[in-house]
Amino acid sequence: MISTLCRVNGPLSVATIVVALVLAAWFLLRSALNRAPSRFDLLATGLLGLLVAVLVVVAVVGLFDGSRPSDTATFAGYLITTIAFPPVAFVLARMEPTRYGTLILGIACLVLPVLVLRLQQIASVTTDIAAAAHG
Amino acid sequence: MAEPRTRPRDAALGSGLGRVLLLVYGTFAVSAGARAGVQIATHFDEAPLAYLLSALAALVYVAATVGLAIGGPRGRLIALTSCSFELIGVLVVGTLSIADAVAFPDDTVWSRYGSGYGYVPLVLPFIGLWWLWHNRPRTT
Repeated sequence: MISTLCRVNGPLSVATIVVALVLAAWFLLRSALNRAPSRFDLLATGLLGLLVAVLVVVAVVGLFDGSRPSDTATFAGYLITTIAFPPVAFVLARMEPTRYGTLILGIACLVLPVLVLRLQQIASVTTDIAAAAHG
Repeated sequence: MAEPRTRPRDAALGSGLGRVLLLVYGTFAVSAGARAGVQIATHFDEAPLAYLLSALAALVYVAATVGLAIGGPRGRLIALTSCSFELIGVLVVGTLSIADAVAFPDDTVWSRYGSGYGYVPLVLPFIGLWWLWHNRPRTT
């Protein structure tokens, strides 16, 4: 059944969660040391955003592939929030060239794993599209 | 520790730590709003009270976000009102959801003091109110 879990339970999600947590630790440390977001920090956030975008696209493709989460509306809502999160954090951090900009990136990187875990949770309750159509 | 000295007196409410609060309040506005939207649209009859509370909580978070973002006396007032309301809301709903679980069969953001959200909804109004107090207009 793993393959039918709307593809948010694969290695890609694990990679996203791990990268986000590592970056979160880095950003929180940098913020504690009173550092504004550096070019590297913003670049890393951009790359994390790309990783998240790939994850979301794969999940969206999975929606049209046999089975769907029973709670498709919530799932879609979380997908939109997830893909929008890194860019929003990036823009806010650009506007705040102080330690708080780095804190914004750190918090975003803490929220992202939660969003991915919620996606997995919602996706683990699935309905067969064919069965749902009959019901 | 250098921050309080370097931060200008007339700095905008939505800068510095305020911008972090913008992100967090914005996140809660979106998540509470989306949750309330889905609940009301799909199964409103199951627990109307809880879902209306979700919607109310979402509105409060939206108001706090807007208040912080626009700043100035009006923004401060909006943020102050919504943060206070949020504090009362999380305490009252949190207590009721434990005392009278039957009335709250489905979770809201504020149920059990926001335990479903890592208790952030409980801590957030304190940080928000502290930030507003910290940035209060001073006559001198």
